[in-house]
Amino acid sequence: MLRVHDLNAWYGPSHVLQGVSLEIGAGEIVCLVGRNGAGKTTTLKAVMGLIARRRGRVLFAGEEILARPAHTRFARGLAYVPEERRIVPGLTVGENLRLGLIATRRFADANREIAAMAALFPRLGERLDQIAVTLSGGEQQMLAIARAMIAGPRMIMLDEPSEGIMPALVDEMFALFARLKQSGITLLLVEQNVELALEIADRAYILDQGVIVHEGRARALLQDAAIKERYCSV
Amino acid sequence: MAGLSLDLLALQIFTGLALGAVYVLLAIGMSLIFGMLTVVNFAHGAFFALGAYAGFLVLTLGGNFWLALLAVPIVTGLLGMAVEWGLVRHLYGRGIDDPLLLTFGLAYVLVELIRIFAGTQGLPFDTPDALAGAVDIGIGYFPLYRLFVIAMTVAILVLLWLFLERTRLGLIIRAGARDPEIMRVLGVDTGRVWRLVFGLGTAIAGLAGLLAAPLQGVSPEMGNAILADAFVVTVVGGMGSLAGAILAGLLVGVIVSLTALFAPEAGDVAIFVLMAVVLLIRPQGFFGRAGLMS
Repeated sequence: MLRVHDLNAWYGPSHVLQGVSLEIGAGEIVCLVGRNGAGKTTTLKAVMGLIARRRGRVLFAGEEILARPAHTRFARGLAYVPEERRIVPGLTVGENLRLGLIATRRFADANREIAAMAALFPRLGERLDQIAVTLSGGEQQMLAIARAMIAGPRMIMLDEPSEGIMPALVDEMFALFARLKQSGITLLLVEQNVELALEIADRAYILDQGVIVHEGRARALLQDAAIKERYCSV
Repeated sequence: MAGLSLDLLALQIFTGLALGAVYVLLAIGMSLIFGMLTVVNFAHGAFFALGAYAGFLVLTLGGNFWLALLAVPIVTGLLGMAVEWGLVRHLYGRGIDDPLLLTFGLAYVLVELIRIFAGTQGLPFDTPDALAGAVDIGIGYFPLYRLFVIAMTVAILVLLWLFLERTRLGLIIRAGARDPEIMRVLGVDTGRVWRLVFGLGTAIAGLAGLLAAPLQGVSPEMGNAILADAFVVTVVGGMGSLAGAILAGLLVGVIVSLTALFAPEAGDVAIFVLMAVVLLIRPQGFFGRAGLMS
């Protein structure tokens, strides 16, 4: 589904990604882990085309996308939930959901699609007319995920979805990821909550100082205390 | 001040509202462009003048005022989109100064082009026949055309509000003004949206110029003076705030009109005093967000 080859990215003069390569098969959950500052967020942003200086190859569903403008990815079925969630201030929950359809043909059926999302996320459904930034952190995260899901993407990249969310909601969210996988959606997960992420992931990559240093089955990594200690402690 | 009746005062306030309506139209376009593109459009006054001249051209070619009302915003809107595409968009992400200097220079070019093609002299612009004369509005007779300007402004504001609140593009504009990056993530080509917003702003500026033409005639420099006033309006109302542009536009119009009555010698200074006072008490203006320019 997504093939990243020798991806490089720069913030100003600093060379943040130094040749990242990874591959995510259709229907897989892949986890990208690493310490703070390893380049996980930068990897997602570079793939999304949100970092001006980027080089390498990124194939999504067989198509080279890295050099294309950022907005062309969503229509191809690549959705992204950034770490800061980016719920748009001043808009209601319903309007934020509508934004997930705004660049698609399905915008005409927005009310029906929103009703479907409201059934999946009842807490959002009850608050469609509420200003979205007044939701709790967990609800905002759910909204960000729902907004990325509503147009029916083939793959979603999520950056630190469990960050700052109470444990009960985190479990609910990971159960949702497992369901998304069952419905055939590919997931790339950047997660501090390594144990939990590895439990639902198929495979994992470990990123350190802008390069992939390890790749393996999630289950194997879960049992490898030495590697976890070396690359994943915060 | 004997002989100054309340009715006269009310009439003068009404005159101020008509003037303020023109300020509102100019300022709302500037606010829209600044709020979304972070471009301070110094060429906005030139588009105002272009609108008036485009209207003059429509009349000269045998069209009437109503046709001009339709044609002028289309012409100035398309021209604005061309300017955004050809010039302004290359300066996004380069701070506030570069597009400001660009539009500042562009204003000179556009005014000079008007001088070349339409002459340096001002031209008279007749009030359309159907709107000539005055009507009794209860407190005295008031020029019908000024009432029309107020009504048109209200209609444009209502349409603009419906467009922003009720349409797909309006939602994109409202969301894009606050977080353009997430809009790109969600598949929106923000570059195209910005072009449209710039064109919408210049279309309204052109329309304002046409509406102002019967009040003051047309001249190549007609946009320069009013641009300074419109800047006062956007600063007082708060850069990027549409509600602020409306409130401040009307307020500035009324102040200009009342100083003309009570202290004509202070006419040109009064609104700058207002701006200074507002900036001292509330630097971000009535409805502006603090730190927008930093």
